[in-house]
Amino acid sequence: MSEPNTQMKSTGELLTVPAVPPRVAGNTLLENTLPIIVALAIAAVVGDLLILTFGESPATVYRLLVEGTWGNAYGIGQVLYKATTLTFTGLAFALAGRAGLFNVGAESQLAMGGFVAGVVGMLLPAGTPGALGLLLCLVAAAAGGATVAAVPGALRARFGASEVIVTIMLNFVVLALLNWLVSAKIHVPETLHTPPINSGGVPRLSDLFAAFHGSAANWTIIIAITAALVSWWYLFRTRGGYELRAVGLQPDAAEYGGISVPRVIWVSMCMSGALAGLGGLNFVLGYKGYYEEGFAGGAGFLGIAVALVGRNHPFGILFAALLFATLSQGGLAVNALVPKQLTDILTAVVILAVATAVPEVQRQLRAAAANALAAFTRASAQRLAAQRPSAEGDA
Amino acid sequence: MSAIAFLLQTIRIAIPYLLAAAGGVMSERVGIIALGLEGLMLSGAFGAAMGSYYGGSPWIGLLGALAAGLVMTGVLAIATLRFKANQVVVGVALNLLVVAVTRFFLRLVFDSASNSPRVPGFGGEGTANAMLASFANPVVWIGLVALPALGWLLYQTPFGLRARAVGEKPEAAVTLGINVGALRLKGLLLGGALASLGGAYLALDQHQFTDGMTAGRGFIALAAVIFGRWEPMRVAVACLLFAGAETLQIQLQGAQLVPSQFVEMIPYVLTIVALAGVVGRSVAPAALGKTE
Repeated sequence: MSEPNTQMKSTGELLTVPAVPPRVAGNTLLENTLPIIVALAIAAVVGDLLILTFGESPATVYRLLVEGTWGNAYGIGQVLYKATTLTFTGLAFALAGRAGLFNVGAESQLAMGGFVAGVVGMLLPAGTPGALGLLLCLVAAAAGGATVAAVPGALRARFGASEVIVTIMLNFVVLALLNWLVSAKIHVPETLHTPPINSGGVPRLSDLFAAFHGSAANWTIIIAITAALVSWWYLFRTRGGYELRAVGLQPDAAEYGGISVPRVIWVSMCMSGALAGLGGLNFVLGYKGYYEEGFAGGAGFLGIAVALVGRNHPFGILFAALLFATLSQGGLAVNALVPKQLTDILTAVVILAVATAVPEVQRQLRAAAANALAAFTRASAQRLAAQRPSAEGDA
Repeated sequence: MSAIAFLLQTIRIAIPYLLAAAGGVMSERVGIIALGLEGLMLSGAFGAAMGSYYGGSPWIGLLGALAAGLVMTGVLAIATLRFKANQVVVGVALNLLVVAVTRFFLRLVFDSASNSPRVPGFGGEGTANAMLASFANPVVWIGLVALPALGWLLYQTPFGLRARAVGEKPEAAVTLGINVGALRLKGLLLGGALASLGGAYLALDQHQFTDGMTAGRGFIALAAVIFGRWEPMRVAVACLLFAGAETLQIQLQGAQLVPSQFVEMIPYVLTIVALAGVVGRSVAPAALGKTE
């Protein structure tokens, strides 16, 4: 086998065999988008069936869904408002995910971030400049979320305790703690919310664009987009982000490469928690102006869906947050015809379908790529074999 | 409140934990993370209410619970075993799915946003002692024997030996000719059936289905599985311990010694402490969460 090889190199004409084999890893863009398309198609079919069981026409319901969300400024405003929180929780899950960690605790990190921001805003003297107040609340929210996430991060880094279980268990602990703080310590009598903030409020979008009037959309969305940009820059353009991704892809190799894996795990969890905590600003500073019991309302868990559909990429997450916000708001729009839980079911179906389609599509595409490579190798071998007699004749 | 009454109340509260935790142990011992316990219980509760309402008998309610629970377990099995989807994501999605589906069908079938009409349960209607009457429910007895029976199944039978092998080292199990996928499917189905019975107990005990009636019990059961280190008898003790704390809290409600929120935290805090290994490390089955 080795002899023809040496001759191959010495013979100029054999270089005409194309030197670039097909990509074995497959097309990553296709790998990332195809499962989403498949999942949305499956969800649409499930949606049709559910609408039919309720005796309504799918076309009518879907039209209502689109009209109630993207069909008017109020609907768009509501979608943008919901997408803002989901962007933060989606980024939180994705950042941890890139480090190979599952932060299932975004729900309580979000709540804690909102609570701390609300308390800081409440304690600030009334005359505090808005920008300073906002900055203090922002730092407080990030610190609140990071503190909650630091616990599973430390337990995972130090003891190898499963961050999945610790974050889930901590959700209940933190939510019970907040419930106690609000119901027994700081609340406006007869309600389950804290006194209003004195400083740090974020203006509504309707202040600038009157058409958004009545919707909860506010300028926190700019903070969310900034967070996505910063996350992208951190993940793909800094040494810290490189280390984070290295630990996520192959912790042993990262360790041998001189990266302190426990430190990266702990830092990643803290940053993930900080992102989730910032999500609390949207409700507390931008919408109500106070912390209210139960405001997170599942947005932390939906962050998992957002990160999954966004393929753990900050820009994909911005798109996915809009998708799930549309479904969430769309449920309210169609409630007159079918129960609003229709869109909650569709949300769960999308998650399940994406989770199953991603590994399947990867397998199929990689199998196809491997077949193409094998065919290429066979073809090259045949061409070499056809040319060999002349090569041997030369020698 | 006498000691007997305390014990009976504790057992009543513990039954859904015992059943769901048995389901969790079975699932996790074959290597599938039991994050979906909450959803499986809730689907069981809904199936029980539907079966009992339309069949007119709590026994049909139990069949309904098993049917609903096994359908949801089927979803779980297809996603994790056939398509190798991530088990954490699938578990979270399953919980979201069941909450949404039960609400949707609550509106569709009973035209209510919150609860089903009253459905037949097991006995106890005219009995003087309501506490004792709830023991006429056969699910109580299934719950009490579930974990000991699971211990026997796991440690005394060929199925149990294979199940443990699959959960610890599937590669080794394969070389011995064990069909890993089929065994995991059996474990999942058995676990799903047990968890749905836990939900059925709730619905039949309260004679109705209410929206989100499992109220986090699936996660308490998961906490018990981990706190009990995946050993059936230890898990049973953990369930009774958590239920005992809850009973104590209900009894002391008037006294206000400790805010109820702090009592609610007990199972979760204990589980986190157990995972951190402060008092004897809690170590999961080696192949947990890894489907090939």
